[in-house]
Amino acid sequence: MSSNMIATRDAYGETLAELGGENGNIVALDADLSGSTKTSLFAKKYPERFFNMGIAEANMIGTAAGLAAAGKIPFVSTFAIFAVGRAWEQMRQSVAYPKANVKIVATHGGITVGEDGGSHQSVEDIAIVRAVPNMTVIVPADGVETRAAIRAAAAHKGPFYIRLGRNKVPTIFGEDYRFEIGKGCQLAAGSDLTFVATGLMTAQALAAAALLHKEGISARVVHISTIKPLDQDIILDAAMETGAIVTAEEHSVIGGLGGAVAEFLGESHPVPIKRVGIRDRFGTSGKAEELMKYFGLLPEDLVEAAREVLARKGK
Amino acid sequence: MKETIANLEDKARELRVAIVRTLHKSQSGHTGGSLSAIDMITALYFHKMRHDPDNPEWTERDRFVLSKGHAAPAQYVALAHAGYFPKEDLMMLRRLGSHLQGHPDSKSTPGVEVCTGSLGQGLSMANGMALGLRLDNRPCRVYALLGDGELQEGQVWEAAMAASHYKIDNLCALVDANALQIDGEVAKVMAVAPIAAKFKTFGWHALEIDGHDMSAILAALEHAETIKGQPTVIVANTVKGKGVSFFENKASYHGVPPSDDELPKALECLGCLD
Repeated sequence: MSSNMIATRDAYGETLAELGGENGNIVALDADLSGSTKTSLFAKKYPERFFNMGIAEANMIGTAAGLAAAGKIPFVSTFAIFAVGRAWEQMRQSVAYPKANVKIVATHGGITVGEDGGSHQSVEDIAIVRAVPNMTVIVPADGVETRAAIRAAAAHKGPFYIRLGRNKVPTIFGEDYRFEIGKGCQLAAGSDLTFVATGLMTAQALAAAALLHKEGISARVVHISTIKPLDQDIILDAAMETGAIVTAEEHSVIGGLGGAVAEFLGESHPVPIKRVGIRDRFGTSGKAEELMKYFGLLPEDLVEAAREVLARKGK
Repeated sequence: MKETIANLEDKARELRVAIVRTLHKSQSGHTGGSLSAIDMITALYFHKMRHDPDNPEWTERDRFVLSKGHAAPAQYVALAHAGYFPKEDLMMLRRLGSHLQGHPDSKSTPGVEVCTGSLGQGLSMANGMALGLRLDNRPCRVYALLGDGELQEGQVWEAAMAASHYKIDNLCALVDANALQIDGEVAKVMAVAPIAAKFKTFGWHALEIDGHDMSAILAALEHAETIKGQPTVIVANTVKGKGVSFFENKASYHGVPPSDDELPKALECLGCLD
């Protein structure tokens, strides 16, 4: 793991500005948060293709759908809670239903938004977007993967929801990483159990696997960035080969990655599963690192979850 | 011009008959709001808009967004009679497997630009289309037809604000002000009047016309095209169920198709005895 730290939203802003130079059909929309979502970098270079829609997310999503209908490739950004919460039905009706070529890139997902508190901490967005047909849902783990995911979304026709974070996160992937929509990747080999993680929790899972290794427990780490469509092959292999699964996400345990994995394995190859995430509660104010501890998202929490599934597995 | 107007009036009558027959066949759908909007839709599809039924994706076409998507039968009969698809398809409205969905679906129906049906969203999409066309320097215009009850949706006013802010003058909104919504009179359910004045304060150029007077509709559409630097709204006062006397001005016919008994009487009202 590189010691490089970069916020996924910064990687997004830089990549979007690059894409703006490569493809004149790319346009960007924001709802008065362009400095935070980093669409401001695009706005500075291509002001004629940037639309600040003011604090009006519903109209922003609909406008993006119209721009897509006119052949543009709109990237639409605001905080996750507003992109999905405020404008969910606009996303459903105007974007997903017609398969509009709209890329909703939401920043400030999850509890690491920090001090702003529960009103601003989106812990349900993955679940409620995942339930909508035609949506592709991606939660990158680091800056490298964010760049690749943004480029893939621009190149791939159809509606996307990409969830990014506020804070700097460690860089996991090398520059040679090949991102593919709908494909997970194994980051550590292991045979006793598998961590299936997404977003910033993948780094936590890698740390947890290292802790377990010291105890002689062999934990596989599978990173899932595309939560929908889910890479069923890599998850089925993990379940069949390691027999126990711990999912990890900075999101409610209801309906997100943990939900998707449990639904799939429940129907295909049931094994002991523990979903690590926010346990059906709202966020709260605090520093990001305090909140990671408070909500039980640290490597030691994953180690404890691993012990639980191993016990249920009968080891 | 007189001849043009007479021809369009004939076309509107023909389309009213098609709406009544289509809804009678489907036994499901929105009669009142289709009949109130059809004169404007006729003027757009058979006179004002540049479009090519043989090439629905023609990049230089003008665009139409039916924001009050429940009036889909009105748009469908116009598309069928313009030649986008066979008229017989209308008899499959709302059936399983039909390309004519209950509300407009761009994936299914040739000539439908976006998906509508959930009220309040069409103007935003029309704004986006108009902005995109402007970025490409295309001379196309975008028309969005809204209901008056629909104006209760807050998103309409977000879009109204944005259209004026971005000076979207290749956009023309039309409000089918038939004064009724499902639960009754718009004025009693949730008053939206004065509509034109509201749009004016949002920075729009606003006109008010009789939405069944073909010459007034054409004049308003011509006039709208001359307005630069701001969007234009045409507030069209209409009669819900227009043309079929026993449907007229009745909220109860919002989502009710003509019954077997009503069909011949409705056709008689429209001067079509068969």
